[in-house]
Amino acid sequence: MENIGALAILLAFCFSVYAVIASVVGKLKSNPFLILSAERAVYCNFFLLTAASGLLVYALIAGDFRLAYVASHSNHAMPTAYKFSAWWGGQSGSLLLWAWLLSLYSAIITFQNRRKFRDMMPWNVAILMCVQLFFNLLIAFVTSPFEVLAQGRGIVDVGDGQGLNPLLQYWTMVIHPPVLYLGYVGFTVPFAFAMASLISKQRGEEWIHTTRRWSIVTWFFQSAGILLGAGWAYAVLGWGGYWGWDPVENASLLPWLTSTAFLHSVIMQEKKGMMKVWNMVLVSATFFLCIFGTTLTRTGIVSSVHAFAQSPIGVYFFSFLAIGIAGTVFLILSRLEYLKTETRLESVLSRESTFLFNNLILVASCFSVLWGTMFPVISEAITGEKISVDAPFFNAVNVPIGLFLLFLTGVGPLIAWRRSSVESLKRAFLWPTVGAAILTAALMASGIFHFYALMSFALCLFVTWTIFAEFYKGSRAISTKTGQNLAAAAIELTHRNTRRYGGYLIHMGIVLMFIGFTGKAFDKDTTVEVGVGESFRLGGYEMKVREIVDGDNENYTWRHAKVDILRNGNVVKTLEPERRGYKASRQPTSEVAIWRRLNEDVYLNFAGSAEGTNKAIIQAYVFPLVTWIWIGFWVLFVGTVVCLIPSKVRLQYARTQVVGVTSKQQYAEVQK
Amino acid sequence: MKPYAKFGILVVAILGTLGWLAAGGINETKTYYMEIKEVKALGSGAVTKGRLRVGGDVQKDSIIRDGKEVRFTLIQNDLKLPVIYTGTEPLPDTFRDGSQALADGKMRPDGVLQASRIQAKCASKYEGKPSYKVKESVNKAGV
Repeated sequence: MENIGALAILLAFCFSVYAVIASVVGKLKSNPFLILSAERAVYCNFFLLTAASGLLVYALIAGDFRLAYVASHSNHAMPTAYKFSAWWGGQSGSLLLWAWLLSLYSAIITFQNRRKFRDMMPWNVAILMCVQLFFNLLIAFVTSPFEVLAQGRGIVDVGDGQGLNPLLQYWTMVIHPPVLYLGYVGFTVPFAFAMASLISKQRGEEWIHTTRRWSIVTWFFQSAGILLGAGWAYAVLGWGGYWGWDPVENASLLPWLTSTAFLHSVIMQEKKGMMKVWNMVLVSATFFLCIFGTTLTRTGIVSSVHAFAQSPIGVYFFSFLAIGIAGTVFLILSRLEYLKTETRLESVLSRESTFLFNNLILVASCFSVLWGTMFPVISEAITGEKISVDAPFFNAVNVPIGLFLLFLTGVGPLIAWRRSSVESLKRAFLWPTVGAAILTAALMASGIFHFYALMSFALCLFVTWTIFAEFYKGSRAISTKTGQNLAAAAIELTHRNTRRYGGYLIHMGIVLMFIGFTGKAFDKDTTVEVGVGESFRLGGYEMKVREIVDGDNENYTWRHAKVDILRNGNVVKTLEPERRGYKASRQPTSEVAIWRRLNEDVYLNFAGSAEGTNKAIIQAYVFPLVTWIWIGFWVLFVGTVVCLIPSKVRLQYARTQVVGVTSKQQYAEVQK
Repeated sequence: MKPYAKFGILVVAILGTLGWLAAGGINETKTYYMEIKEVKALGSGAVTKGRLRVGGDVQKDSIIRDGKEVRFTLIQNDLKLPVIYTGTEPLPDTFRDGSQALADGKMRPDGVLQASRIQAKCASKYEGKPSYKVKESVNKAGV
């Protein structure tokens, strides 16, 4: 069976090579049959990789421990869902997932456009298949998921596998990698369209129009993947944080930052014909950062220190990145004349300007994260000393960036295109600003003096106000015209321009997340060693240990604490944190207990017991407002769905320019 | 003033501020990766070097929990470094006898590393080829 799997991957590799060659040659020789055969090769590639993935999943579930991959990532005792998720639990499996998703996307794209974009599609197919070829190469020749354990060592029977790491046996961890990969891999498609339009010298924005939905969906998957990871860290790892600026987390954030910038700056190109080169750069940067992110997570070049082993596939990844980036840079430079901007900036007080700063600041953030993540590598190359930077560095740069972005989120939608008068700005922003000022004063009166927290809360109110004002203004106009009530009018309004109002909803989700992030400034924690009947206090709660019980089952031994949480002498909640020692892997884990509420979470971690005592070392935390991060995520989800619903009114974006007159001439005329 | 000049000034101001914040952040948090050998070679200079991140294996039976403090010994090629952990975060679940660990902290004059953060990886199970999520979990234990 492993032979069939390996053969399928090998054939998929051959088909991807064929698709690239047939596509390019077919296009250059204008041979429609070759082009068609290349497209069929795309489908074959998909079917073969599906077969290979199916075989691997079957082996994992059936427990075919002759395979090295199965033996090290599955075992008999695991529930089926975790056996399935072992598909992406290790290196070669997750690369197979990457390859499979890309083959799926490529097949969808090829099928959707089988009658469209005939001059662009062959290039598109060629680029998608180039990327596919690279991943097929890795799983076919470098790190095959179908490697047999017994090879050359005479081992015949492996009774049971090692199983998935207990820390990964949690529901968000089951879906986190594939969701993140859906986002990572998905950006190959807009990238391929962009490059194809460059190669075939398209002047228009076809690639942006056709990939708009695609970009939004993949962006959503990236966001969801990041937040699922954060949710897992919070609920499982026991240190109570959701983000630690760890290289692997940063790797997922980098392409998200550039794709967010991209989603905004394409609006500039669609509406104003500006930033064309920039969009090419952003879409390429996002794609390469996705590959780079996969590299970081797969090779561990940054987090590995001395003894932490490195994986040999890094060389392949870096070669691919180097070739790809060089090719892309060359392509963009050689097509600059097709990417001329059609209008010029007129004023700092304009919507264009907010987009520009939004992009500047997102890319600056991306750069700072990249710099910080790669700092050990960079410093070792320059000074010979390996120096790392920590969370305070990332926070020092990215907290102000986040606040500035929040500010732009409030300002951008209300400011006029081209130029705004100071008068109109006053009208639009007077009340939100007054509201924010009052909130700040009230918070200070209640004893909060944390500068960034004050600013964040004030800006959150400011942005919320402007978003509601936008909805209210539009809905009222509709309701006076049609006599509908405001709620119905708001739905009608959203339906008329789903992209705009869906975008506002996404902004609202981001605001809610910022409220959650800001709560971090008010965390409280304590570590205590307590026995049964003893109690301690934290943040207005009294916590009393009711009992500590030891136990045992076939999978793990456990020690379990029941802690009553008292407020004003009354028990309001009982939390039960647990400490487990897994027998098979000899790994201890903590099952934290969290009391989730809208205002603050109470979070208990059973950290262990000192040798020979029956006392528990408990780490207790109070995390204000954390829940709003997850609520914000759902609002973001709804906003994304709204964005994807087709608008009732088809909007033709009016360009500010006259057809046939280049912007420079026009500008010169204005100057006269 | 022309709009482009205004933009130029604003862009420079923003990037300048961020650069300044970044430089401050780097100086505040930079940590030197070192092997035990290198720490020993520094001698008393290690005390003034700033924050260090030292890697090694956790010596068998050296972990002593004493209330909130945890003491253990890092070992690499027969060189030993005593560590005392006083951080507030829980130790990672992978931290135990024989695991590979990274300790972050400052050297005390008595040759003990006062660590505020520990990262650890279970050595036996992942055969030097861990899945990325394992590393993630390990690193998150800090910060």
